[in-house]
Amino acid sequence: MISRGVYYLVIAILLITGISLMCYQHITYSVPWLPGKKNVAWDIEAKITFQANKENLPVKVSFAIPTQQPGYKVVNETSASPDYGLIYKDVNGQQRAEWSKRLASGNQTLYYRVEVLADEAFNNTLMTVPEVSEILEPEPYYTAMVQIKDAAYSRSVDPFSLTHEIFQELNNQDQNAKLLLNKYKKADLIVKILNLAKIPAQQVTAIKLEDGRRNQKLLTYIAVFNENNEYHIFDPTSETIGLGKDVFIWNNNNSSTIDVTGGENANVNFSIVRNFISDQKAFDLKHNVTNSQGKEYFDLSVNTLPIEERAVFKSVLLIPIGVLIVVFLRIIVGLKTSGTFMPVLIAMSFLQTNLSVGLIGFLAIVGIGLIIRSWLSHLNLLLVARISTVIIAVIGIIGILSFLTYKIGISDGIKITFFPMIILSWTIERMSILWEEEGPREVMKQGSGSLLVAVLAYLAMNNTIIQHVTFNFLGLQLIILAAVLLMGNYTGYRLSELKRFKPLAEQINSPTGQKLEADRLKQEIKELKKDL
Amino acid sequence: MNLWPLKKYCSPFTLGRLGIMGMNQRNVNYIGRYNERALYPLVDNKLLTKELALKNKVSTTNLIGSIKHQYDVENFTKIVKDKSGFCIKPAHGSGGKGILVITKAEGNSFYKPNGQALSAMDIERHISNILAGLFSLGGKQDFALIEDLINFDDVFADYSYEGVPDVRVIVFQGYPVMSMMRLSTAASDGKANLHQGAVGVGICLRSGKAVRAVQFNQPIEKHPDTGALLSNLQVPQWENVLNLAARCYDMSRLGYIGTDIVLDKKRGPLLLELNARPGMAIQTANGAGLLPRLHFVEAFIEKYGYLPPEERVRISQEHFGVHNI
Repeated sequence: MISRGVYYLVIAILLITGISLMCYQHITYSVPWLPGKKNVAWDIEAKITFQANKENLPVKVSFAIPTQQPGYKVVNETSASPDYGLIYKDVNGQQRAEWSKRLASGNQTLYYRVEVLADEAFNNTLMTVPEVSEILEPEPYYTAMVQIKDAAYSRSVDPFSLTHEIFQELNNQDQNAKLLLNKYKKADLIVKILNLAKIPAQQVTAIKLEDGRRNQKLLTYIAVFNENNEYHIFDPTSETIGLGKDVFIWNNNNSSTIDVTGGENANVNFSIVRNFISDQKAFDLKHNVTNSQGKEYFDLSVNTLPIEERAVFKSVLLIPIGVLIVVFLRIIVGLKTSGTFMPVLIAMSFLQTNLSVGLIGFLAIVGIGLIIRSWLSHLNLLLVARISTVIIAVIGIIGILSFLTYKIGISDGIKITFFPMIILSWTIERMSILWEEEGPREVMKQGSGSLLVAVLAYLAMNNTIIQHVTFNFLGLQLIILAAVLLMGNYTGYRLSELKRFKPLAEQINSPTGQKLEADRLKQEIKELKKDL
Repeated sequence: MNLWPLKKYCSPFTLGRLGIMGMNQRNVNYIGRYNERALYPLVDNKLLTKELALKNKVSTTNLIGSIKHQYDVENFTKIVKDKSGFCIKPAHGSGGKGILVITKAEGNSFYKPNGQALSAMDIERHISNILAGLFSLGGKQDFALIEDLINFDDVFADYSYEGVPDVRVIVFQGYPVMSMMRLSTAASDGKANLHQGAVGVGICLRSGKAVRAVQFNQPIEKHPDTGALLSNLQVPQWENVLNLAARCYDMSRLGYIGTDIVLDKKRGPLLLELNARPGMAIQTANGAGLLPRLHFVEAFIEKYGYLPPEERVRISQEHFGVHNI
């Protein structure tokens, strides 16, 4: 056995290294301990994929790229695209990146990456006023649009209140709205109606900035201009004015986000990562000071990785938080769960779905799974075949549930496909055996125990402060490791045992006149050791 | 004066003073320290335990035969041809799962203790389930053991409901430290697990007499099904039971084990199985904590070194007894 001294030494080294790493990052890079708006820079990476034509023809890709806008300053842009020629172009007042290649075949991937500084004082905009286009729509759509425009116009004073009234009319004039929304997308329709009233307006696309997100898509907004060439952004889904917090306009022009000639199936995905930068660096970036020292030193945070990998890495970094909670609840509290780390995996999928959808999904899947499993137990199948049946049934349940909820209009339902299916199948199998052997009470106990652990792990992993600290301070991982090691040596009572042994302790403690056995044996041990 | 704020919970300091052992303590300081991992298969596999016991002349229940492969299942009728009663067990089972007892065999009909008749087909299906791992830990592939029936001592007739009462003795480095009888009840469905509702009767190591009885963590006086007074319980051949338990240490080399022993009318105490992770409920049944006794054994061994089994039993009886003889 390794001596206790080495064990405590290792824990001490882990703790000291972890804490000093965190302090180093805090002091050198001025990463704040708590999340805040202070000096935030966002790295956004667009990954463009498409299939080049089979005949080895020239390929040209034109991609809309973001420009300066209020609240965000674009400080750096880079692209990675092997063997492609790249030029940045200004097309009708809009920035575009154009890649070209003489011969290309098969799947192609291009990366474009932009670093933007969140700066509330920054107020430049490069958005140009679009021309009001003539509306030439077929009947009956044209009349419907005119009716909505007229009703809204009479109750408005300026382009912005008009937009607001158009939203109102679309909700009031049920017949017209249904007719129009069947043919046009909502944003498109509103731009058309505004143009009908001779108001300049256009669709813009934007991206929600959230740390550690992958596979994000652009959202559509509407920019409405007044006579002074000032504009406001409207959100067509929530029907509110303004961009909302942490939303970055990607394409400030009505043009398409991506055009590919010589290829097909083009697709764009965005990955986003938040960085905290030092006051000095933020100042330099704000004032266009180029400082070559900026990236020279050895950076110890995850920020040195490519953005998509970073986003993956960040979700992995959260797992130790969940594990720590499981270790604590099992060793110190003594909660019973079915499957040791199943709750962490469930909590990971809750992160993708959000809590209420996740909980309902989990209960539905396990509930239906148990019913199917109880029927299977009558069939007397061999174990491997039985579990496989449960796995396929679980996939079926998840498929049907996500399909149904999507059809009903709950788009969150589709997210239950994030559940770990194999793990859920084992959970169902284990719970079903438990049911047969120990009865439904034990199933409820362990099931709710697992769920409680999963919810607690989710709450911790979803906490913005905890997320901030884990993402930005790698030293925390060492501290968690030290904590888990320490708990592995905990020989004290579990909280559940304090309750379990309460009657026993009372019984032993009740006065009998005899000497307590524990005291008598202690005396005898002392005598044994005395002669040694 | 009681300063402890929580009504339903006991203070950890009180538990510590009384020497009650918790799960973490057991796992880290006893199972982890005294039970070598490589030796676990000897106790988890009942066939290996039995072979080991035969080699070391520790008496166990008699093995009639074993079935290890699906194609052997039909040989089952040949194996039990001359037997009027037998018992089928999974080799890796735990907690009494998958045990089928047949008390009477007539031609192609087999009768369970409650009189229910099974056909050879039914029993073959049960054996197939055992082989598939239905009752084993973690669903591993398993095999079936067929054993002679135990004719349990008449003394216990009043103390058990549909099941064989057994004696669990915790043996620490060869010294019996605590023991109890586990009596199955209607609530436990004939099984001997305390958390399923079996009655645990703490047995005094010195006299073999009952100390105290509990069911569902609460003290009781009479067996809930038969009404027999539990305080009158006295295990016969108590010395032999303890000697058998103590010898299991020399045989298995596991430092902290639970030995399950049954008393046969003709053959006396027989080893049923060993358990490398014995539970904590024995403390409740005895109304005593394990820790002071374990500490005593540790100190005693430090001073006197290895002693033969009979000596160890004598030391345990001298120091850990409750009743005076």
